[in-house]
Amino acid sequence: MSTKTTIPDFRVTPSIDQVGIEERVARFTTRSIKKESKMQGMKMVLSMIDLTTLEGKDTEGKVQQMCYKAAHLHDVIPGLPTVAAVCVYPSMVKTAKEALKGTGVKVASVSTAFPSGQSTHEIKIADTKFAVDNGADEIDMVISRGEFLKGNYNFVFDEIASIKEACGKARLKVIFETGELSTLDNIRKVSDIAMYAGADFIKTSTGKISPAATMPVTLVMLEAIRDYYYATGRMVGMKPAGGISTSKLALQYLIMVNETLGADWLSNEWFRFGASSLANDVLMQIAKQNTGVYQSSDYFSKD
Amino acid sequence: MSKKEVKLKFNAAWDLAPAPEDSKHVSIKKQYDLFINGEFVKPNSKKYFATYNPATDEKISEVADADEKDVDKAVKAARAAFGKWSKLSGKERGKYIYRIARLIQERAREFAVIETMDGGKPIRESRDIDVPLAANHFFYYAGWADKLEYAFPNRNPKPLGVAGQIIPWNFPLLMAAWKIAPALAAGNTVVLKPAETTPLTALKLAELIRDSGLPKGVVNIITGAGKTGAAIVNHPDINKIAFTGSTNVGKWIQKSIAGTDKKCTLELGGKAANIIFEDAPLDQAVEGIINGIFFNQGHVCCAGSRLFVQESVADIVIRKLKDRMETLKVGDPMDKNTDIGAINSKQQLLKIQEYIEIGKNEGGEIYQSSCSLPKKGNFCKPTIFLNVSQSHRIVQEEIFGPVLAIQTFRTIEEVIEKANNIPYGLSAGVWTDKGSKIFNLTSKLKAGVVWANTYNKFDPTSPFGGYKESGFGREGGLHGLGAYLQF
Repeated sequence: MSTKTTIPDFRVTPSIDQVGIEERVARFTTRSIKKESKMQGMKMVLSMIDLTTLEGKDTEGKVQQMCYKAAHLHDVIPGLPTVAAVCVYPSMVKTAKEALKGTGVKVASVSTAFPSGQSTHEIKIADTKFAVDNGADEIDMVISRGEFLKGNYNFVFDEIASIKEACGKARLKVIFETGELSTLDNIRKVSDIAMYAGADFIKTSTGKISPAATMPVTLVMLEAIRDYYYATGRMVGMKPAGGISTSKLALQYLIMVNETLGADWLSNEWFRFGASSLANDVLMQIAKQNTGVYQSSDYFSKD
Repeated sequence: MSKKEVKLKFNAAWDLAPAPEDSKHVSIKKQYDLFINGEFVKPNSKKYFATYNPATDEKISEVADADEKDVDKAVKAARAAFGKWSKLSGKERGKYIYRIARLIQERAREFAVIETMDGGKPIRESRDIDVPLAANHFFYYAGWADKLEYAFPNRNPKPLGVAGQIIPWNFPLLMAAWKIAPALAAGNTVVLKPAETTPLTALKLAELIRDSGLPKGVVNIITGAGKTGAAIVNHPDINKIAFTGSTNVGKWIQKSIAGTDKKCTLELGGKAANIIFEDAPLDQAVEGIINGIFFNQGHVCCAGSRLFVQESVADIVIRKLKDRMETLKVGDPMDKNTDIGAINSKQQLLKIQEYIEIGKNEGGEIYQSSCSLPKKGNFCKPTIFLNVSQSHRIVQEEIFGPVLAIQTFRTIEEVIEKANNIPYGLSAGVWTDKGSKIFNLTSKLKAGVVWANTYNKFDPTSPFGGYKESGFGREGGLHGLGAYLQF
C-alpha cells in the first residue's frame, strides 16, 4: 500500500439509503441474459466459485472428495473451468493442498476463530499462521463484530492489519458477517475499515448466520470498493458467501459487478462466490443450454 | 506505486446478447377509425395520417384525422350519454371502471409492446411502469366512484358534464388513464384526443372499452393533430378542458376559453431542480439523477433537468454520474435490456440537437456517454452539461430530452433562490440524510411535487400538478377527483 494513503475518519463514512439500494438492485435483476452471454456468464460463475465445506463433521476423506470435484466439475462437458478455490477449516488445509496439487485450484482457509471470532489475539494469529504454514493460498478471517458494534473501530482496524501481516503472501479475505451488522450504513463503514487496514478481499458472511449474502449488501460493498479504488488506486476483491445457490441469482450478481466496477473485476482474481451447491445448478444450466433439455440432478456428482 | 490509470471499464468483458421482446402476439390494424358512441366510425374528411415507429422509422398504422364535424359528433355522443351515466349509482359506475382496470391488466403485454413500438420508450418502462400504473389509476378511481359523498363530505359533489381531454405523446396510455379514470368515477363523460405521434394505445384502449361493455358514448376517443384539439377546446358544449402538454398550447387554451364557463386543468412544462446536498447518500443520489433525467428519454414534464450539486461534493458526484452513464444501454426500445430508447419523433430529436448546439455555443462543458447509437431511427446520447449557470438558455428552457444542465451551489439559501428562479414550478428533488433539511426545503420550493431521496415516483393516490407556468389543477388522489366535480 502506498504510504501516501490517508486513513479516513471511520465515524463519518458515507451514508447509504436502503430504499435506493433496493431499487438499484431491482434494476440488475431485470436484465435479460440470453444465449452466448448466458453461457459466458455461467462459465465465469463456475470459475469464481470457492467450493466450501465448513462443518464440524468434516474429515480428510470428505475434503479429498470435494477437492476432486473442484478440479473436475463435470468432465462429460469439455471446456469447463475449474472452480477458483476450495474453502476449508485450517485443520484441513494440508489435505486440500495435497489433493489439489497441479490443478491450479487454490486453497482458502478460514481463520481467527471462525465463525464467531470470539477468541484472543494470540490464538487468532496462531490460527492464521497455522493455515498459512500448511500451505493456504488465501485466508478468510472474521472480524470482531462485538468490537465493531461497540464503536471500537480502531480495534477492528488493528486486528485486520495484524492478521494481514500474519498472512505473509497469502491473500486476505475479511468476513464481516453482515447478517449481524444490522444496517447498510454499518456495512459501508466496516468495508472502508477493512480495505484501509489492508484487506485483499471483502466478504459478506460465514454462511453460519441468516441472512447471509444478499444483493443489497453486496452492492453497498461493491460501491465501497469503487470509492476506495478511486481514492487509492488499489483494487480490492469481493466475495459474497452463503445463500447463492442458483445460476440465475449468480448471473444477477455478475451483472451487478459488471455495472458497478466494470470489466476488470469480472475474473476470479477479484470476484468470488462462496458456495457449496451453486456449482451443480450452473452445470445443469450449461447442460441444458448445450442439449436443449434439463437433465436429472442424478447426472451431476455431489461431493 | 506503478503509474496506472484509475478508471473503470464498462461493457468491455461481457456484452449482453440482444433480448428483444416478442411482438408477434399483438394485433395492430392497418387503419383506425374514430371511436364515437361506442363504435369505430370513418372520419368526415375521409383523411388518415400515418403513425411511425420512431426506433425504425417504419410506418405502423394509420389513424383517422378528425375535423370539427367529427368533434361535434363525439361531443354530442358524450352529451347524450351523460344523463344516464351520471345518474347511474356510484357502485355501478365503479363496476365498469374496475372492469376496465382488469382488462388492462389482462392485456398488459400487448399494451406494453404497442406503447414501445409507437412511442419509442424502452419495453422495460412500458412493461414495468406505464401499463401497471395505468391499470392502478383505474383501480384507484373505481374505488371512489361510490364514495364521492365521503370524499367531499357535506359538499354535495356533482359531475361537470362532458370533459374534453387532450393528452401528450410522452406517456400515451398512462395519461389517458389519468384523465379518463377520475372523470368516469365522478360521473362525467369524455371526449379524449391522444397525441398525433402516439395514438395507438389510446385506440387499443378504445377497443378495450368497447369490449368492457361501458355504455355507448361515455368515452369517445378521436385522433388528429392540433386542429382537432382546437376544435375540442372551442366546442361550446364542453364543460371542462383537461390538457397535458406544452406551456405554449396551455396559454393558448387559457385565452380560448376565457369568457366561457369551461372548467380547466392544465399540466404543462417544467424545468425541475434536483438538489444534492453534501450529506446525501451519494450513490443513490446519482441513481436519482439518472432516473430524473434519463427516464423515458427525458420526455417527462417533471424531469429533473436542472441538477444542483453542493460544491463540496461536486467532483465526486460528477465522476459517479459519468461512470453510471457509461452503463446505460441505449438502443432498440424492444430489447429488454435497453435503458434509453428512441426519441419520440424526428421533430423532437431536432429540437434536442438544437439545444445541445446552443449549450455548446454558450460555453457549457458537454459530456456524453461513449455508447454507439443505432443507424436507423431517432436516438440521442445521454448528455450532461457542466459549468453552466442560471443565465444559460439550456438551464432556463425546457428541452424535453436526455440533456442535463449541472450547476453547483454553496448554501441552502442560494439553492432555494436558484431552484425557484424559473417560470416553471412542477417538481423538484431533494437529496440529504437529514430529515429537517428536507422539510425546510419542501416548504420553500415552489413546485407542485417535491421528491425527497427519490425521483420520478408516481402513484394514483398522490396528487400531481404545478405552480406558475407549469399549469394548475391536480391529477391523482382526491385532488384529481375533485377536479371533475362541482360543489
